[in-house]
Amino acid sequence: MTAMDRAAGPRRPGYNYAFLDEATKREIRRKLLKAVAIPGHQVPFSSREMPMPPGWGTGGIQVTASLIGPSDVLKVIDQGSDDTTNAVSIRRFFAETAGVETTSSTRRASIIQTRHRVPETPLSEGQILVFQVPLPEPLRFLEPRESETRKLHALAEYGSAYVSLYEQVARHGRIAQSYDYPVMVGARYLMRPSPIPSFDNPKLDRSPALLLFGAGRERRLYAVPPYTSVESLSFEDRPFRIELPPRRCDLCGATDSFLDEIVADDAGTRIFACSDSEYCGERQRAQGLSVVAP
Amino acid sequence: MTLPATSLPTALAPEQPLLQVRGLTKDYGAGRGCRDISFTLWPGEILGIVGESGAGKSTLLDCLGGFAVPDAGRADYASRLFGPVEIFGLSEARRRRLARSEWGFVHQDARRGLRMSVSAGGNVGERLMAEGERHYGSLRARATDWLQRLELDADRIDDPPSQFSGGMRQRLQIARNLVTEPRLLLMDEPTGGLDLSVQARLLDLLRGLVRGLDLSAVLVTHDLGVVRLLCDRVLVMEGGRIVEEGLTDQVLEDPQHPHSQRLVASILPV
Repeated sequence: MTAMDRAAGPRRPGYNYAFLDEATKREIRRKLLKAVAIPGHQVPFSSREMPMPPGWGTGGIQVTASLIGPSDVLKVIDQGSDDTTNAVSIRRFFAETAGVETTSSTRRASIIQTRHRVPETPLSEGQILVFQVPLPEPLRFLEPRESETRKLHALAEYGSAYVSLYEQVARHGRIAQSYDYPVMVGARYLMRPSPIPSFDNPKLDRSPALLLFGAGRERRLYAVPPYTSVESLSFEDRPFRIELPPRRCDLCGATDSFLDEIVADDAGTRIFACSDSEYCGERQRAQGLSVVAP
Repeated sequence: MTLPATSLPTALAPEQPLLQVRGLTKDYGAGRGCRDISFTLWPGEILGIVGESGAGKSTLLDCLGGFAVPDAGRADYASRLFGPVEIFGLSEARRRRLARSEWGFVHQDARRGLRMSVSAGGNVGERLMAEGERHYGSLRARATDWLQRLELDADRIDDPPSQFSGGMRQRLQIARNLVTEPRLLLMDEPTGGLDLSVQARLLDLLRGLVRGLDLSAVLVTHDLGVVRLLCDRVLVMEGGRIVEEGLTDQVLEDPQHPHSQRLVASILPV
């Protein structure tokens, strides 16, 4: 048990279940069904004012609020960690307004709301991963007009997406994009996977879990249903590659996880530690170490 | 002897026009736009459209290029991809497909036709990528080749056009259009705004390319010198209508319509 684990409890009076009113939640669920039916396609929705500023995960919160029920177990992570400000406040928001059980365990959670990471522990069938998305439009780099990007999606004209990859290879000798790396979903729609590191892109491909994306400010929802192909864009002679420093986690020794570089003391000592705090803690426990949070 | 219809050559019999425009009208009101324009463009031919500012030349070209929707009229085009098509009735998907593979559009202002923040190589490669080219090495090789064919320094392949001079931008825009080897090039004052020596060099290049690639082109200009150098035939427009049509030499040496006569008379003797 950690501070993130809390049993289901009473709700704060004076609010509807999970904050949003029932009509709004129904509208979001309807749009989510449409998003699931057209994998990778951005569906507009009537994003509401939330008790936090846009940019703090209002899209993800609205998706979670529309789905969550008394039997759900919620996990919230921010940059992989369960105990950063954003994760703590969103988790408490749902503990208070929906009275649900919360956890830090990736395995136990039925809904995981995330910002900027996919958990290291593989997801399973029946789980839902909710992404907070700042910018949903993958073609914005080259096309500022929304009317035009919609047309490009409708006609599946994705040549311009390769222009930005071309520019990176021309400039840096390789595809240098290390996060928010564009993907093709179901060989049809080009999608921004939210600013997850490209390290996480392979985890989206044919994931057994349902992946939902909510962009609150931009008022868009999109989804990747379970077992849908998610392919990172690349050139034939410049294949998609994950580049990681040849390091291991200084806390748990993991070599297969995404590491954060952390300044550990006033002398400027740097350590590398798993960005996924729960994964790192589990591994430390399994080795009989006393758990240190990154 | 009559042949059965099926044995006739289909899309590209040499005697078949590439583009046939009938009754094209785009009225912006107050006399602006173009009215009842009809002409035929044959394979390998360069057709000049001349007239004063406001004569409707650019409107006509915008309609053909898909930047404006005409009020009336039709344009039949012999497509390599789809066979004979009427371009205003095409689905958006097909029209865009044609526009990026079989047609080219050269804007007077190169900034309209280029991505100014993207490198020259990216600009030239974009149409290839849109057509499905996914090999970086071959994109690079073809971009280099086309830069050289337009006498641009291949070393500048990674520079953005914002660092290019006006003449270089215009050549880059042409390279970007020609890379998919289009059949029909629509050009709106391609030499406008360039100084005379740069114009001359660009025209020389264009003449060589158009002949070498067996392109057909519609060239809108108010510069009769450009017409004389490049065009096989010329249409003279005034007030949105065609007032005279003929072989270039014929129209320039012996203009019949008063408006054409005024245009020809206004050429500065050098």
